[in-house]
Amino acid sequence: MAPFTSHTGIAAPMLKDDINTDQIAPILHSRGLKEDYKAMLFMRARQRDDGSEDPDFVLNKPQFRGAGILVTGQNFGAGSSRESAVWSMLANNIRVIVARSFADIYRENCLQNGVLPVVLETADADAFTARVVAADGKAPFTVDLVTQRISGPGGGDIAFEIAPADRVRLLEGLDDIGLTLKHMNEIASWEQRAAAAQPWLQGANDSR
Amino acid sequence: MPHTLFDKIWDFHLVGQRADGRDLIYIDRHVLHELHAHHAFAQLEKQQRPVHRPDLTFAVQDHTVATRPGRDDDTNPSGTAFIRAMREGTRRNGIKLFDIDDPEQGISHVVAPELGIVLPGATHAVPDSHASTVGGVGALAFGCGTSELAHILVTQVMALKRPKRMRVRLDGRLGAHVSAKDLALRLIAELGVAGARGYAVEYSGAAVRAMPIEQRMTLCNLNIEMGGRSGFVAPDEATFAWLEGRPYAPQGAMWDRALKHWRGLASDEGAAFDREVVLDCEELEPQISWGTDPSQVVGISGRVPDLAAIDPGRRAAAQSAFGYMGLEPGAALAGLPVNRVFIGSCTNSRLPDLEVAAAVVRGRRVAAGVVAMVVPGSSNVKREAEAVGLDRVFRDAGFFWGESGCSMCAGGNGDRGQPGERCVSTTNRNFENRQGPKVRTHLASPATAAATAIAGRIADVRRLLSGAA
Repeated sequence: MAPFTSHTGIAAPMLKDDINTDQIAPILHSRGLKEDYKAMLFMRARQRDDGSEDPDFVLNKPQFRGAGILVTGQNFGAGSSRESAVWSMLANNIRVIVARSFADIYRENCLQNGVLPVVLETADADAFTARVVAADGKAPFTVDLVTQRISGPGGGDIAFEIAPADRVRLLEGLDDIGLTLKHMNEIASWEQRAAAAQPWLQGANDSR
Repeated sequence: MPHTLFDKIWDFHLVGQRADGRDLIYIDRHVLHELHAHHAFAQLEKQQRPVHRPDLTFAVQDHTVATRPGRDDDTNPSGTAFIRAMREGTRRNGIKLFDIDDPEQGISHVVAPELGIVLPGATHAVPDSHASTVGGVGALAFGCGTSELAHILVTQVMALKRPKRMRVRLDGRLGAHVSAKDLALRLIAELGVAGARGYAVEYSGAAVRAMPIEQRMTLCNLNIEMGGRSGFVAPDEATFAWLEGRPYAPQGAMWDRALKHWRGLASDEGAAFDREVVLDCEELEPQISWGTDPSQVVGISGRVPDLAAIDPGRRAAAQSAFGYMGLEPGAALAGLPVNRVFIGSCTNSRLPDLEVAAAVVRGRRVAAGVVAMVVPGSSNVKREAEAVGLDRVFRDAGFFWGESGCSMCAGGNGDRGQPGERCVSTTNRNFENRQGPKVRTHLASPATAAATAIAGRIADVRRLLSGAA
């Protein structure tokens, strides 16, 4: 996973709550295993009924086409656990999502892929949103994970919180499986203990 | 110190703590499906990492399989590559696959409990947000993404933050033709789509105790729709009776030993929860969703709410839902003409769900112009239903009777509605475009869905059966 230290980009306001993963990345976008994640992102919202591009959709507006930061509301990423809803962000170089809250599985999927999920408390979220709207894509914002600050047009830096462990994992681009593989001895001992204490858990055999 | 069911399972499965502070939780049973597994197989191959416990890992073809009788890999062309990649990946890694033509194929959340693969007190993971369905037998389940799937394949553990504990006590007795589905929809409406975020939810109370295991699974299935990753019911004698003799469950002396352990799993008297919610079920009527998220729900005799009655923070979403659903505030739900009815999905596709629907349908006809489908949750359910003639009941009434799979829940297999159609569905998500572009989905119970198919309009099953509709 690529380390995340800081990311500078145009911030696009998508000021709705509960945007779900069906909206972010519809199921089975194309036939075959090699999907076009870039095209998948908000595929339905990008189009009008006749299949033409919807000029009113935020990421279709000229100033937000190359957005690198998505700014949104509560409970972002609700619904299906499909990770394509994060891969499609990466494919569009959106490396930061600033929300009022995230759905649990979506947030985890972000961390797994080097996408920074930033949660701002109400007052900060209100202030930041106003600045993003006012900036209207004319100047970029920078989200710095080292200093845990957002900087950009319209005011001073905004500090954000993130669990120290999640921060380190993103900063160092740590391989999550690699981290756990250091514990294989403990896993083996657990398996031995479980085989003694609850042996039915350590085997799953067809009795027929 | 008294412990909750959650704490007992979590603490037993705690392997250790990782350097980043996450708990490593052992996963006893891991079940894959074809839509997400191929990415993980490819990743493992690239990294040359083996599957640690193929013997504790199972796989199903469910999301993309066609439901048409006589189906094969190619019946749904957009699923073919996924189905074949799953077959190849499981073969290479020595994982038991319930393939498209296997007599025990089906939706992972239906197959795992019905075969006794998942057990009380066990941890369970599926790369699907509805994993917690199996909480109905007292398992602790986690829906996950593809990276976590790969992580479990290599290590057999998940690296998790310990969630908070919530207890939802459901008091009273459900009325006639009111089911766990109605109860869950009401609960999501009360708590909101993020009401259980960050919590592991234990469902308790008289209404839950009285539920057959399949209904408990419906209840736990919908836990994610209020944001909770894990939801479960403490196992009891009904659970044990339901599981005994299932092929992958322990047998003989091992069963007795497991049973002794399982009887101690329930939350201890006085165990502490971080949040407690109580809902009285006595007066509950059948519920139906009117909007585009599963918290936008009213009773079947209710009306689409006026904006003034909606929490200010939720008004924009409601307004957008009115437009998408083609409904005006104040409109009655019952009586709205529908184009399509779907009975199936991990939420409501087990044998008792089909029995309830068949009892409504028996001797009646699907209304002219309505496309009605029943898709059993597994090939086992399908066979059991056919053995008691339910397929005939549905077919005679004009329903399509399909091969098992996820089908119209997310439409990944090509089963979708047409733009603008109104569909009453026993599934779990009424999100925009989920059941097909511009399809208007109303979530409801199998009884309500069946009654609606007959009436051709959203119907109160109680009125239909009493001859009032």
